[in-house]
Amino acid sequence: MSANIVASSLAVGYGHRPIISGVEFTLEPGALMVLIGTNGSGKSTLLKTLAGLLTAQSGSVQVLGAEPGTLPARVAYLPQHPVSSHSLPLRVHDVVAMGRFAHRGLLRRTTAHDTSIVIDVMKRTGADEFSARALRDLSGGQQQRTHLAQVLARQAEVLLLDEPTAGLDINGRQAVADLISQERSRGVTVVMATHELGDAEGADIVMLLAQRVVAQGTPAHALSDAALRECFGFTQPH
Amino acid sequence: MGDFLLGPFNDNEFLRLSLMASVLVACTCAVAGTFVVLRGLAFVGDALAHGVVPGVATATLLGVSGVLGAGVGAVVMMFGVGVVSRRYRMSSDTSIGLLFVGMLALGVIINSRSRSFSGDITTILFGEVLGVSGADLLWQFGALTAVCAIAWVCRRPFLLLSVDEGLAQTSGFSVRRYHNMMLGMVALTVVASFQTVGTLLVIGMLIAPAATGALFASRVSTVMLTASGVGIVSSYIGLLLSYHADLAAGASIVLVAVLIFTLCAIVVEVRRWQNHRKDIHHDHEQPHIHAQVHL
Repeated sequence: MSANIVASSLAVGYGHRPIISGVEFTLEPGALMVLIGTNGSGKSTLLKTLAGLLTAQSGSVQVLGAEPGTLPARVAYLPQHPVSSHSLPLRVHDVVAMGRFAHRGLLRRTTAHDTSIVIDVMKRTGADEFSARALRDLSGGQQQRTHLAQVLARQAEVLLLDEPTAGLDINGRQAVADLISQERSRGVTVVMATHELGDAEGADIVMLLAQRVVAQGTPAHALSDAALRECFGFTQPH
Repeated sequence: MGDFLLGPFNDNEFLRLSLMASVLVACTCAVAGTFVVLRGLAFVGDALAHGVVPGVATATLLGVSGVLGAGVGAVVMMFGVGVVSRRYRMSSDTSIGLLFVGMLALGVIINSRSRSFSGDITTILFGEVLGVSGADLLWQFGALTAVCAIAWVCRRPFLLLSVDEGLAQTSGFSVRRYHNMMLGMVALTVVASFQTVGTLLVIGMLIAPAATGALFASRVSTVMLTASGVGIVSSYIGLLLSYHADLAAGASIVLVAVLIFTLCAIVVEVRRWQNHRKDIHHDHEQPHIHAQVHL
């Protein structure tokens, strides 16, 4: 089985300033990698590089055997706090349907298959409960579920999720964990950035970041007391 | 009453032409303005509107078409905004603001070489809605068709850009290409509208009707339709006021559009306040109900 994402000696950052360097990992189909760190630690920068929004400063990275950003129908990216959610006059159903645009391109018509996928992911995420409402009238958690549904509607082979559990209560976080688990069971590779240590549960690889890779490996290894103290200045209560 | 409302348009052909031109401008601005409001490009739109001033002033001085001059001015402004935003480390509103005042000052200086300086600059800035010709209408109809075509073809990338640029890029749509397409659509709207409402006031027609639509609608197509309706009503009431009260026609149209937005915004705020009060009332009643159940 070939790997879905391979990074080797990868350095990522903005302009000519690297934020993280020496990143190495290989993710097989169905794998989950969780990026954990404080604000500015480089989680989003690494995700944006995998999504093709930033160019790798050095080293190499391949997503589904190609340069990042070149396979939009097969790789989906959830940005952190999509900017206009609070003011856009868009219905939830229309926002979720945008997830199919990568498959339809500029002019190809939406098909019955697209519609059934949109309805299915709205049911799975619970967004069907408020599908006819305007996005701006929803709570932060409902908006986040809508954006997650949009990403799932892509039916991608790789999901790059930037803080998908932000603004969600404990039930919402569990629902996201269940959705990620379902996606992984059908072979989707997931890379997720988060502040929540609990989101690392069940991950194949956890990468602890603080403008460098502090620790990397299984949750037990990467979230050791020594690594957490080095990254955050505190340890988890036992 | 019918004479007051329809008489001016029945009796004066120039007013009928003005109304038709204003309606075409209203519809063009509704389509382009919807994306200006959704993407928060009001300042860029304003800068593009002022960027055409030196082009029109030069065209007037050379005795060639003002529309041609406006088109050249808009292209220069679009190029300038793009270059300054990308190459220099300053916020986009600073770079756009500098270009905006620079182009406006250049336009006024070029226009000061004209024999009828004050008349020309007033026409450029505030339009000449009562002086439109049949040929102007034809050109405005062409611009409306082109703007609608661009908005329809690019609806998917334009929508994605309005939500998040990263989302547009990772969905396979080039942010730079479709951002430029959007600016081009706004520039075409400005060039097509400046003769009617002027370069100073065109931004009012771009923003006020679309912002009114965005207050109520939960679909982009509904925002456009509402904006068209508000623009058309503003055109009619503005021209009527201008005729009966001897007011500046272009400014009257834009002022009516802004007043409609203000009224609608007040209605929305009052409704929101009432809903908030209802929620508070409901929250206060809930413990009381529980208390009764427990008793």
